[in-house]
Amino acid sequence: MTHPTPPALSFENVSMRFPDGTEALQGVSLSISPGEFVTVVGPSGCGKSTLLRIASNLETATGGACNVDRGSIGYVFQDATLMAWRNVRRNVELIAELHGLDKAERAARSAAAIDLVGLNGFEDKYPRQLSGGMRMRASLARSLVMHPKVFLFDEPFGALDEITRERLNDELLSLFQSQGFAGLFITHSISEAVYMSTKVLVMSARPGRIIASVDIPFGYPRNHDLRYEPEFGEICARVSHALRGAHQ
Amino acid sequence: MSQSVAHAELVNEVIVETPSRRRVSDFAGPAVVFALFIGIWYLLSTVILPPQKRFLLPTPHKVVTDGFLVWRTGERRGFQPILASLWDSAKIALMGLGITIVFGMSLAILMSAKQWLERATWPYLVAVQSAPILALTPLIRALIDGSTKQRLLVVVLISIFPIVSNTLFGLLSAEKSQHELFTLQGASRWVRLTKLQFPAALPNIFVGLRISAGLAVIGAVVGDFYFRQGGTVGIGAQIDVYRSRLWGAELITAIIMASVLGLVVFLFFGWLSRRAIGKWHITTRGQ
Repeated sequence: MTHPTPPALSFENVSMRFPDGTEALQGVSLSISPGEFVTVVGPSGCGKSTLLRIASNLETATGGACNVDRGSIGYVFQDATLMAWRNVRRNVELIAELHGLDKAERAARSAAAIDLVGLNGFEDKYPRQLSGGMRMRASLARSLVMHPKVFLFDEPFGALDEITRERLNDELLSLFQSQGFAGLFITHSISEAVYMSTKVLVMSARPGRIIASVDIPFGYPRNHDLRYEPEFGEICARVSHALRGAHQ
Repeated sequence: MSQSVAHAELVNEVIVETPSRRRVSDFAGPAVVFALFIGIWYLLSTVILPPQKRFLLPTPHKVVTDGFLVWRTGERRGFQPILASLWDSAKIALMGLGITIVFGMSLAILMSAKQWLERATWPYLVAVQSAPILALTPLIRALIDGSTKQRLLVVVLISIFPIVSNTLFGLLSAEKSQHELFTLQGASRWVRLTKLQFPAALPNIFVGLRISAGLAVIGAVVGDFYFRQGGTVGIGAQIDVYRSRLWGAELITAIIMASVLGLVVFLFFGWLSRRAIGKWHITTRGQ
């Protein structure tokens, strides 16, 4: 398969065996170019998150190679991981602060990021004053500040109610369009996977291997009503069947 | 979809805080307990204690007229000598508390960084907390010159444990994913400490501070019993004199004032805690 632009993130035959002997990943290969949004679905504990941890260097693969510009990664965790003692503005500034950006630059970038996720007016609120969806928006903004070329999402919307989740799906897609990053997204939700992605990868139970790759033919921007179209349903069914195979 | 509509929806997501309103029960509770306390006191000093022992606990009004309202009679009797010795003890307590905070928090920071140090020091901290420090007074007297230093050492030994244990617990309380966020940015140990672990520890540090502050006052007062020199006397030494001379009203007055000192220190740290972390930290009460 040829890419229009060189991949921003690639895995070549990556394996992962933990010190306790657990084999998490086995021969995983994939590559994602800027402007591609790849989602991985699979059974619980199949090593999906390990994929992200290897990409971001939180873990080192025991086999194969992972190529990515580590200085340009945005990582969105399962929970918002906001600092309770910082208000929204200062939370959004955090990563820029850790990278040593000066105050004026931080302020400008965080204001822009807050604007992008629609949190204007809430800059002075503390995390405990925000709903789950708003916390996730702040978390997204915090990663956006450094303009990452590769965005890793570890089930970011899993804890949200469906309406909030769908709304954030749309917002994330418009960010994806405007920023043009390469996205690697982990989820348990098949419809979320199909709605968001250019490609859906299905992983097997542990040790995780990629057992199906489904290209999603819809262009962007995508509309909420897409979820109710027959073709959308057919693709979801294909992913679902592959996933059933994964569970054995 | 217009921007303002989206914004209005967002507003609904903000958790609305109801301002706390003062209710009658806020005042009625303390008032009832205070009345009970005074009632039991009268009962003890006029009914329960046998007549020949009643000098040990004068009635509340006698404590007020003979203890609080007498400014000064002789060198030691009266409210003024009590206040002077209270001030002397307060200085020792606060200096000792200062030493405890600096030393205890530094120790906790080192312990949070090095697990071997945590394991190595923990048993001694527990031992210091549970050992009868006052049984060591002959040793302390033999090793250290000067009653001020001796009293300070007692204060530190008595008050160090809560600040170390609470600070350490707090420093280790940051979530794993928060640590990983810092790891992803290549944060140094110092940055991790100052921007993640220390702020995360603040609620626990303030709990430790409040407990240690109360203990520092106790340490200063009981330290007075054993270490005194020449003319300067702390409130503990004063209490000891009143006790031995059977001056009941002065004795009770001095004890009350020592408790007031503890209360003031406790309230101060509660206020400081609300000032420092009240905006983001909430305590919950179930209902």
